[in-house]
Amino acid sequence: MQVTLADIKRGQQGIIIDVSSIHIPLKLLEMGCLPGNVVELVQVAPFADPMYLNINGTHLAIRKETAIHILIEISNV
Amino acid sequence: MSKQINVALIGNPNTGKTSVFNALTGLNQKVGNYPGITVEKKEGICKLPRGVKAHIIDLPGTYSLNASSLDENVVIELLLNKNDKDFPDVAVVVSDVENLKRNLLLYTQIKDLEIPTILAINMSDRMNYKGIQLDIPYLEKELKTKIALISTRKNKGINQLKELIANYKELSVAPCVNASEIDTDYFDKLRQAFPNQLLYKLWLVITQDVNFGKVDRNEVDAINSFKTKSKADLKRLQQKETIKRYQFINNTLKKGQTIDLNSAKDLRIRLDRILTHKVWGYLIFFVILLTIFQAIYDWAQVPMELIDGAFAALSEWTKNAMPQGVFTDLIAEGVIPGLGGIVIFIPQIAFLFLFIAVLEESGYMSRVVFLMDRIMRRFGLSGKSVVPLISGTACAIPAIMATRNIESWKERLITILVTPFTTCSARLPVYLIIIELVIPEGRFLGLGYQPLTLMLLYLIGFGAAVGSAWILNKILKIKSKTFFVVEMPNYKLPLFKNVALTVLEKTKSFVFGAGKIILAISIVLWFLASYGPGEDFNNAEAIVTTQYASENMSEADLNQKIASHKLEHSFIGITGRAIEPAITPLGYDWKIGIAIVSSFAAREVFVGTLATIYSVENDDVDTITNRMAKDTNRATGGKLFTLASGISLLLFYAFAMQCMSTLAIVKRETNSWKWPTLQLIIMTIFAYIVALIAFQFLK
Repeated sequence: MQVTLADIKRGQQGIIIDVSSIHIPLKLLEMGCLPGNVVELVQVAPFADPMYLNINGTHLAIRKETAIHILIEISNV
Repeated sequence: MSKQINVALIGNPNTGKTSVFNALTGLNQKVGNYPGITVEKKEGICKLPRGVKAHIIDLPGTYSLNASSLDENVVIELLLNKNDKDFPDVAVVVSDVENLKRNLLLYTQIKDLEIPTILAINMSDRMNYKGIQLDIPYLEKELKTKIALISTRKNKGINQLKELIANYKELSVAPCVNASEIDTDYFDKLRQAFPNQLLYKLWLVITQDVNFGKVDRNEVDAINSFKTKSKADLKRLQQKETIKRYQFINNTLKKGQTIDLNSAKDLRIRLDRILTHKVWGYLIFFVILLTIFQAIYDWAQVPMELIDGAFAALSEWTKNAMPQGVFTDLIAEGVIPGLGGIVIFIPQIAFLFLFIAVLEESGYMSRVVFLMDRIMRRFGLSGKSVVPLISGTACAIPAIMATRNIESWKERLITILVTPFTTCSARLPVYLIIIELVIPEGRFLGLGYQPLTLMLLYLIGFGAAVGSAWILNKILKIKSKTFFVVEMPNYKLPLFKNVALTVLEKTKSFVFGAGKIILAISIVLWFLASYGPGEDFNNAEAIVTTQYASENMSEADLNQKIASHKLEHSFIGITGRAIEPAITPLGYDWKIGIAIVSSFAAREVFVGTLATIYSVENDDVDTITNRMAKDTNRATGGKLFTLASGISLLLFYAFAMQCMSTLAIVKRETNSWKWPTLQLIIMTIFAYIVALIAFQFLK
């Protein structure tokens, strides 16, 4: 099932499908947010924003407004 | 003597790069600024085997050579400019063992610039713990370099790294990735247009325009004419480049690195479950702040009393030991009390720097950014504004510089404008002395009234910052694209050496920076307070004696009256009384007025000024605080420092923009006089009004 990263629940994992949106900063890609990588939602702040992610071992936080541009495939683990 | 080797330490943030720097240079380091900009420049000397010396620069942390902030830009500027005197003969890319993949991105970019590059893998002591194994010979072959496995925590591998640096000439300069494959057509044309330049360097210069636009292009100026791609196209190419580099890195690590996930025991997950929790996270943050303020008070008390007493004794000793005269008076009444006024705060300021260093080193600060982002955004700030606002409690100047990693210009500008409201260490002396004078010593629920007042003042400062940010966010019409990416590094036990060096360095620069101003001002003040024009000053003795002739006064009291009379009619007294009408409604007398005016240069001068004025007036061996406590207000006859005037003064200092250096930094960071001028006017007026209301209400 393809959804955006903003829809993922805490503890859920997904595989990144597409990050080509112009709204995604290059820095995020450089930190490992690339197609094919596994992403997991580690923790959310109140109001589900920002989101604390684990992307292939790199832990980082992004805002929901960026997450809605990242397409992922949720794996049923 | 042989030439020194220039070494640049480069790496992602949070890789322990500074630990490596400290391990290589020890105390042979100095912190300065890059010319023209205020990015901190750390450099040092390291002795290598066979008598070779290396000049080492610790460059700001960056994830890639595509700069998105001023800090990162420093790295690129240096690597692109072969004529820079610091241009590295060899680069050392510092990576931590857990984030090797991400650090290799930066590594492959630097390799493409054909600079000899050593890979230093730090925190190697954690490999077993994390279940990581590395095939070093394979990685060295694929990455075309030498690798040093080091652990700054266990002090391992540093000698091997030094050995590699000394033999840098044996390193290959061949690139690992051929970036031009992302668009062969485009890169072929680029090569034809500039046949003498390194292709990857050209590409970086072109793309920096997209990201940042401030690269100094001295030798490749003509590149401006080479605009065959739109910004969006270039950005897509950069995305492609990043993906290509990661392909190479993934392939290399597939064989060179094995990670046994089962043996990875993650402390992070357990800690983060609590520290970033919706409720507990905030509660813990609050408790940490509370503890810090309580500790600043309790721990620093003993050394402060010692220093206070020592300076009073030193002043007395100087007076007795040196021949009587103007010079002795200047030293004993001007210089020593003035300096004592600042030295006494070293313990508290050092503790504050200590706590901030520990919060940053441990990785906790990123969690605060995460927790606060949503809340701060409501006020037009970013979660990243929390770091400037917290480090602003040390000093607004580095805090304003720390705003550079805020990606949105509007959020950054607002952060710069409101940061001076946070209670900086220069306000601390002022607060402490006034709290000591007007707040009683009792305890409430085990917490002293005095530390609680201090905490309240910090909260007021923070509240003023956030409140004005909210207003600015409504007023300022700036459109800027915001994005927010923040790494959540692993928790680390702070290294004693790193924390100690930071505290030492910061305290030293605070004391020397402030000390110079205070020394100069206290000398000037002493002259102004010790001399005066006209009858009233020169014949003070006769005038006072006649005035009190009818009363039966002891000689000591009479001398005291004479000294006060002299001071009031000295140059400084005349100036002070001239401004008195403006400050009387706030509950201040002319002495406080003078202190406020002179502390415009820097807030902490307030204490030094009062110290100088009070010691000119009074020759007793008594600490300055005691003298201030005894002083009376001429207008009312009551005590000068009452709860009302004290609170009024505290609030005035909480809001007023009393720091020339901060104004200068704001000018430099915003590149206009408009913002610092507005800041100065608005903050001063606001401070005056609040202090006025407070005094009139409480008196």
